[in-house]
Amino acid sequence: MSAAPAMPAAGNTPSVKVEQVTYAYAATDRSAPKFTLGPATFEANRRELIAILGPNASGKSTLLRLLAGLAKPLAGRIEIDGTEVGQLDLRTRARRIALVQQESELLFPLRVWEYVLQGRYPHGRRLRFESDEDCLLAGNALAQVGADALRDRWMDRLSGGEKQRVILARALAQQPSLLLLDEPTQHLDIGGKVELLRRLRKLADESRYTVIVVTHELDLAAEFADRVVLLQKGKCLSVGTAAEVYDPAVLAEVFEAPIDVEMRASGRPRVILRGNP
Amino acid sequence: MRPLTSKRVAVICLGLGAVLFAAVVVSLRMGAYPIAVSDIVKGLVQGALGRWDDIPAENRLVIFGLRLPRIALGVLVGASLATSGAGFQALLRNPLADPYVLGVSSGAALGAILSLIAAPHAAGLIQLAAFVGALATIAVVYLLGRRGGQLDSATLLLAGIITASFLSAVIMFLMTTLSGRDLRGMAFWLMGDLQTISSVNVKWLYLVMAIALGCIYSTASDLNLILTGEQEARHLGVNVERVKLVVYVGASVLTGLAVSVSGAIGYVGLLVPHLMRMIFGTDYRLLIPTSAIGGAILIVVADTLARTVVAPTELPVGAMTALAGAPVFIYLMRRRVR
Repeated sequence: MSAAPAMPAAGNTPSVKVEQVTYAYAATDRSAPKFTLGPATFEANRRELIAILGPNASGKSTLLRLLAGLAKPLAGRIEIDGTEVGQLDLRTRARRIALVQQESELLFPLRVWEYVLQGRYPHGRRLRFESDEDCLLAGNALAQVGADALRDRWMDRLSGGEKQRVILARALAQQPSLLLLDEPTQHLDIGGKVELLRRLRKLADESRYTVIVVTHELDLAAEFADRVVLLQKGKCLSVGTAAEVYDPAVLAEVFEAPIDVEMRASGRPRVILRGNP
Repeated sequence: MRPLTSKRVAVICLGLGAVLFAAVVVSLRMGAYPIAVSDIVKGLVQGALGRWDDIPAENRLVIFGLRLPRIALGVLVGASLATSGAGFQALLRNPLADPYVLGVSSGAALGAILSLIAAPHAAGLIQLAAFVGALATIAVVYLLGRRGGQLDSATLLLAGIITASFLSAVIMFLMTTLSGRDLRGMAFWLMGDLQTISSVNVKWLYLVMAIALGCIYSTASDLNLILTGEQEARHLGVNVERVKLVVYVGASVLTGLAVSVSGAIGYVGLLVPHLMRMIFGTDYRLLIPTSAIGGAILIVVADTLARTVVAPTELPVGAMTALAGAPVFIYLMRRRVR
C-alpha cells in the first residue's frame, strides 16, 4: 500500500473545476473592499501540475485559499471531484485536499515521524491512536519524498529543504487527490527548487495527484507545469500552457520588469531578463 | 516510529496512580496522632470495601474524618489546576500559560469572594461564581492579548499579569472594607489553602471535575494539531472553534472549581504539564491524564509539607507550591535549551 490518493477520479471529469470564481475582502463589512479577485475560471485534471503565477499581491495565495476551502468565494463555484468545496465537512475536505504552506513555528519539539503521522488525522476517529496502517502510510509518504532517513530527527533541527520535504510528506499522508502548495520553493536554493519541482512532477505523473503550486519561479513553472494561471492585481489574466501564456509584452507589463521570452526546442519557453541596451 | 497506544497511556497512568497512592498514604501518616502505615493501608482497604466496623474508631476518625477529606480536596485541586494549565498552554500556544499567570485564578477568586459577600451560605454558588469569574477573565485576557487580530505571546502574558494584579487590588479593596469578618481566614484562602472549606459536598465537585476533564480529554488529538498551528490544524480537518470553546469552558470550570475550594494556588498549572512533557513527551493524549495525576501528587505532597514543616502551625499550600515551584521552574527552563 502506498500513500497514493485513496479514490480514483471517475472517468474523465476534471479533478478540480474553478468556474467564474470571484472573491473580495474588506477591513470591515461596510468599507470598500481592499482586494478583489476574479472572475477566475480554469480546470485541473488528475496527473496535471498547474502553476499559479503573478507578482506579489496579485491574488495567488487568495486563490489557493479559495481552492483549499479556507475562504468562501463571493460568486462562482469551485468543485473537487464533482463536489463543491464549501459543502465538504472539515474532515472530508482534509481527506481530499492537502495544503502545504510555509511551516509555522512549532511550540514544542516534535519528531519527524510524529509530524508526518499528523497527516493521518482526518482518516481516524476522535482521540484516535494511530494504527499500524497509519504508520505504514506515514512511512511510505516519507519514502515518497526521499526523507526516510529523517524519520527520527527533531523537526526544529532540519534544514530548509529537509523540512519542506517532511511537510510535503505529511500532506501525502493525508492521501488527498489534490495537493496545493503555497510558494514551496521560497526558502530553497536552486538545487532544492529543481528537486522539489521534479518530485511534484513525479507525484502527478506516477501517483495521479492533481498538483497546484503557487510560485514566483517563471522558468521552473515553464519547465515542469502542464499549464499556468497568470494573475495580475486580482484578475485572472490568462490560462494555458506556458508557451501560450508567456507573451513577452504581457509578462513585462505584469511583472514590471524588462522580460523577454525565448522559445526552446522542447516547446517550453524560457524567461530572460533584457540587459541595459 | 513508535506511536502512542492506549495501552501505554493506561500503563503510565497506573504507574503514576501508584505514586499518588503512596503520597496519599504518607500524607495520611503525617500528623500529631501517630498511625502505622500498615494500619492506614488496612483502613483504606477496609473502608473501600465498606467494612467500616473493622476499623478501630480512633483510626477511622483520624483517617476518614480528619485527614482524608483534606487530601481528597488536594487531589481535586491539583488535578484541576494542572489540567487547565495544560489546556491553556495548547489553546493560547504559549508554554508559559497557566491559570495563575493569566489572572484566571484571580478572576475566579474575585467571583468566589463576591458570592461569599452576597450569599455566604448558598451551596454551590461559590463554585458557580468562581467559574463565571474565571471564564470572564480568560475572555478579557484573550481580547487584550490580541494584536492586529493575532494572538501575541508577550502581549497575552502581559495582559494576564496586569489583569491579575488589577483583580488582586479589587480583592484587597473588598477585603479591607469588609474587615470584621474573618480576615485572616480569607487571606489564607487567597494564598491557597485547603483547610477553610468544610461544608461542600466533595462528591459533586469530583463529578463536575470528571466531566470537565473528560471534555478536555476528548479534544486531546485536536490539541496536538493546534499546537503545530491553528491554520494547519484547520487544513487537517480540526474544528478549531469547537475545540477552543470546549477547552476554554472546561479549563475555566476546573480553575473555578479549584479556586473555590482552595483559593489561588500558583505554579501547579505551569509546573506540572512542563514536568510531564519532559518525562513523557508532548502528546496531549498522554499529557492530559499524566498532568492530572501529577498535579494531584504535587498538591498532596505540598500540603503535607505545609502542615508538617512548621507544625503545629500551618503554611498555606499555595506558599509551598510557589516556594518549590519557582526555583524548579527556572532550573527546568534553563536545562530545557537543548
